[in-house]
Amino acid sequence: MVAGWFSGDGDDFRLIGTRCSACASVFFPREDAFCRNPGCPGGELQEVPLSRRGRVWSYTDSRYRPPSPYVSDPELSWEPYALIAVELESERIVVLGQTVPGVTVADLTVGMEVEVVPGVLNEDAETTWTTWHWRPTGVTV
Amino acid sequence: MTGEVAVLGAGMHPWGKWGRSFVEYGVVAARAALADAGVGWRDVGSIVGADTVRGGYPGYVAGATFAKALGWQGARVASVYAACASGAQALNTARAQILAGLADVVLVVGADAAPKGFFRPAGGERPDDPDWLRFRVLGATNPTYFGLFARRRMAVHGDTLEDFAQVKVKNAAQGALNPNARYRKRVTADEVAGSAVVADPLRLLDICATSDGGAALVLSSMEFARRHGAADPVRIRAVSTVTPRYPSTVLDLPDIATDSAATVAPAAETFRASIARTAYEEAGIGPEDLSLAEVYDLSTALELQWYEDLGLCAEGEAAKLLREGATALGGRIPVNVSGGLASFGEAVPAQAIAQVCELTWQLRGVAGDRQVTGARVGITANQGLFGHGSSVVAVR
Ligand SMILES: [Zn+2]
Repeated sequence: MVAGWFSGDGDDFRLIGTRCSACASVFFPREDAFCRNPGCPGGELQEVPLSRRGRVWSYTDSRYRPPSPYVSDPELSWEPYALIAVELESERIVVLGQTVPGVTVADLTVGMEVEVVPGVLNEDAETTWTTWHWRPTGVTV
Repeated sequence: MTGEVAVLGAGMHPWGKWGRSFVEYGVVAARAALADAGVGWRDVGSIVGADTVRGGYPGYVAGATFAKALGWQGARVASVYAACASGAQALNTARAQILAGLADVVLVVGADAAPKGFFRPAGGERPDDPDWLRFRVLGATNPTYFGLFARRRMAVHGDTLEDFAQVKVKNAAQGALNPNARYRKRVTADEVAGSAVVADPLRLLDICATSDGGAALVLSSMEFARRHGAADPVRIRAVSTVTPRYPSTVLDLPDIATDSAATVAPAAETFRASIARTAYEEAGIGPEDLSLAEVYDLSTALELQWYEDLGLCAEGEAAKLLREGATALGGRIPVNVSGGLASFGEAVPAQAIAQVCELTWQLRGVAGDRQVTGARVGITANQGLFGHGSSVVAVR
């Protein structure tokens, strides 16, 4: 579904972006076709791992079940999840993601440090769709 | 400064959940605008439709769909899609044709029959579409982004839930005076606070609903307007349709991440502020000249953001401006006297046109109980998904 957006396990888990060899602009989700900097003549786009930790730019949650194509089991009662927009300092980019299960908006503040960890988006009998989650540093859930 | 075009006629189909086709709403609005202009459909040289998103063809070819429904008469035709900015781009297309001498009189129509509940992307497995991806990968609905903006304002500017609720209270009170609005009931701060949380910190009454509705305008050259007996018509003086500038650093729907600002310094102003500035520059006016503004209050918090982006107050001062009553009817710079999306709900291709209908009635002085005394200059502001700016300046 989102091939090459993240890789690695445990402490080595990273979001994967691309960087332009001509102007050093970084893109996430990865941009493989062209550099989007209007002042750039265009360079090779190379894979680059993004910073593992960042700070909360803002956050919210989803108290109602999102519509398709989000996948959730309509037989189960809806469990809200939180979403965090995280500012990565060295890349100067803000990346949105769900929090790890169990972390709610009550646990979050703007400016708090979070780290990226592997997570499960959804699963059925045949497939588990993996994703990235944000987790406040120091939290082990 | 570019030339001006005249607004000869404005019309709407009342907004609500009527259960009919978008074509019906558009035709009702078009006929109302033509009657208001005193222009026959056969005398219209061009029709521009703002597209609605439908699986079949008719919504995507709105210009011709409305032309067929009104009766084929051989007019020049165009259909435009720019999400929430579709109506402004339709107006801009009409204006460009008039200023280029391609048409004397142009009918602009937008209408929608919105689906219930959250907006969602078109069907199918489409991982090359950022709008599809944000739903599939994150479950990030439109209210997700409204919630992020709201929480950010609370953290950076100290806005409170009570400030947000007061935007709804104000707009509902103004919408109660508008016969075209879907919701015509006043709302209290307690009712906002008592409504269910949708996307923390925003509640149901902080977020606009989806609606059916239609809006239309008849534009003409200034010369046609004079010949037609309209010596002093409302005029459109600017239409801003700009894109953001790289790197765009405010996380906005439908994106999962911002551009990186690591190697290219971001512009001093945000995308939304640049939309307004472009309109002011084209019109040769500034925020101090405004009599009123119609802005996209997709959420209560977003209306406050527009106060700052339009230059109605300094950054971080929006809640103060609201608390002073400056943006209410009777205040220094009333905002959303129509009731805004809070009272209308979203009918995407009609919205930006409906905003200009409101300016037209206000500048003519025929807005009844919600009239802004002595209105001379009005601005609209919105933003279309995927980077479509939209702002219109009308003057009298
Ligand atoms: Zn480059």
